Amino acid sequence: MALYKSYSKNEKGKQYLRNGLIMTLLAILALATLFPIYYMIMSSFGAPVESGAASYSLIMKNPTLDSYKFFFAYSKYSLRWILNSFIVAGAVTVSNVIFATAAGYAFSKLRFAGNKLLFSLLLVAMMIPYQVTQVPLYILVVNVLKIDNTYTALIAPGLVSAYNVFLAKQFIGSLPTEIIEASKIEGCSQFKLLTKIIMPLSKTVMAVMAINTFMNSWNTFFWPFLVTKTENMQTIQVGLKNFSFANTTYFAPMMAGATVSALPMFILFFMLQKYFLEGVTVGAVKG
Amino acid sequence: MNKVKNTSLHARKKRKLTNESIWGYIFILAPLLVFLLFTLYPILDAFIISFQKFKPLKTEWVGLENYTKTFKSSLFYQSLINTVVYTGITVPLSMLMSFVISILIVPLTKKKQNFFKAAYYLPAIASGVALSFVWKWIYDPLPSGLLNRLVSFFGVDNQNWLGSSNTAMFSLILMALLSSHGSTIIIYIAALLGIDNSYYESADIDGATFFEKIRYIVLPLVKPTTVFLLITSVIGSFQVFQNAYLMTGGGPDNKTTMVGLLIFNNAFKYFEYGQASAQALILTVIIGIFTFVQFKITGDNVEY
Repeated sequence: MALYKSYSKNEKGKQYLRNGLIMTLLAILALATLFPIYYMIMSSFGAPVESGAASYSLIMKNPTLDSYKFFFAYSKYSLRWILNSFIVAGAVTVSNVIFATAAGYAFSKLRFAGNKLLFSLLLVAMMIPYQVTQVPLYILVVNVLKIDNTYTALIAPGLVSAYNVFLAKQFIGSLPTEIIEASKIEGCSQFKLLTKIIMPLSKTVMAVMAINTFMNSWNTFFWPFLVTKTENMQTIQVGLKNFSFANTTYFAPMMAGATVSALPMFILFFMLQKYFLEGVTVGAVKG
Repeated sequence: MNKVKNTSLHARKKRKLTNESIWGYIFILAPLLVFLLFTLYPILDAFIISFQKFKPLKTEWVGLENYTKTFKSSLFYQSLINTVVYTGITVPLSMLMSFVISILIVPLTKKKQNFFKAAYYLPAIASGVALSFVWKWIYDPLPSGLLNRLVSFFGVDNQNWLGSSNTAMFSLILMALLSSHGSTIIIYIAALLGIDNSYYESADIDGATFFEKIRYIVLPLVKPTTVFLLITSVIGSFQVFQNAYLMTGGGPDNKTTMVGLLIFNNAFKYFEYGQASAQALILTVIIGIFTFVQFKITGDNVEY
């Protein structure tokens, strides 16, 4: 890396010193960043006692699963919360990947009247703060359609996001048009073209969309908090919030609940790290 | 003869076009419906609601009252100031921190780079609710609280971090700084790795120092990235709501009430739908102005 000074062979000592300093600094900052997560997981193995008696230790002593049992015993729906989160996030992810890829293909490669206009309308949707739409959306779902406290209410507004359509359009737009022309000459229908040619070529962007969408949907708190009324329909984030309201002093069980809510994302992250990190840059940096 | 050939070609072209456009409409149907029902209709409705006063039985038309009330409300101005302070500190500091960390990460081997990227990104994948729990305990006001134990080490007195009007905003800012720089770092690293080596080589020939290279090569070349991050972070930060809601509830004494939280409270605590919509539309205009000004200041040499 030529941004940094390159040392000659007899200065190897200096170079090790510099790299050592950089690593130490990075490690300290990384520890500060990771500390809350470490603390959450470590404390979740503490005993479920009220905070006065809790240890606040920084290292794990006598690990026990009692706090997890305490968390799951709080509500008979606690497993249902996790299941609900999986149902909602799963449905939203599948529909986003399919619909956004199809629309991205249409907007980037197909000619039809209103193509540009409709796409710029979608871009406007991305720029409006959610505060503007939250009240009308709430009234629409609760008072007009009367579908609050249903999976439909949790899933429908997120079926396909303008951002994902934008991502898919950018990616598919960069695919060579000759492939499509060649397939057309061979008599490929547009639907076949999409499923047999475009989708296999767009695996990367589809994976990135899937991961981003699943993560956002899994972690979202606000909308499910507004439109769920009964415990059996809540997602894990809403359930976790309610648990913390009812058990403000039970430190370790709260951390157990927080760990439970974060665990699926951590597992996914370590399995698909490459796509997670790629997904961050895909919308931001060109090329 | 020639004419006939022409028309048949024309007809074929037209037929092909219709087939293509029909599929085009089918492929965009789902996003279009979602957009019409869950974005466009709510936006138009927000305008209507902002001129109304919501009542359970009959909603009343009140003209501009929700807007005039908002512009007279000292709480609205305070929440704006809070939001600007929060944004003005969090965004530049977080970007500076991320830039420095990225500069430190790029000389490492690919493996180490990925390790640190993952480490810094990890808090971003945990849910805001889970993180707010942990930070609440870090800020525990008792002497046994984690941050209190840390500062007592340096001889600082016990603080009621989230409960005192002196420290509540600071606490929210510190939390934001330490849990949201992951994506900024990754984007900066991508931009840094995109800088061509020949720039550094010619600088080396001129005998440039490390800091001169940063100043005259790196900063100008990552400027588009910086502008992109600045604008998106400011837009995001202006809408911030969740941490204030979960950590402080806007307290103490509205010292941490952000505009986003004020709108949420008006809508779903006091059911003042009209007020909330008016304020949300004002917020949109403010964000629009800020974005425009940032574009102007930073120059328009940015491509998307």
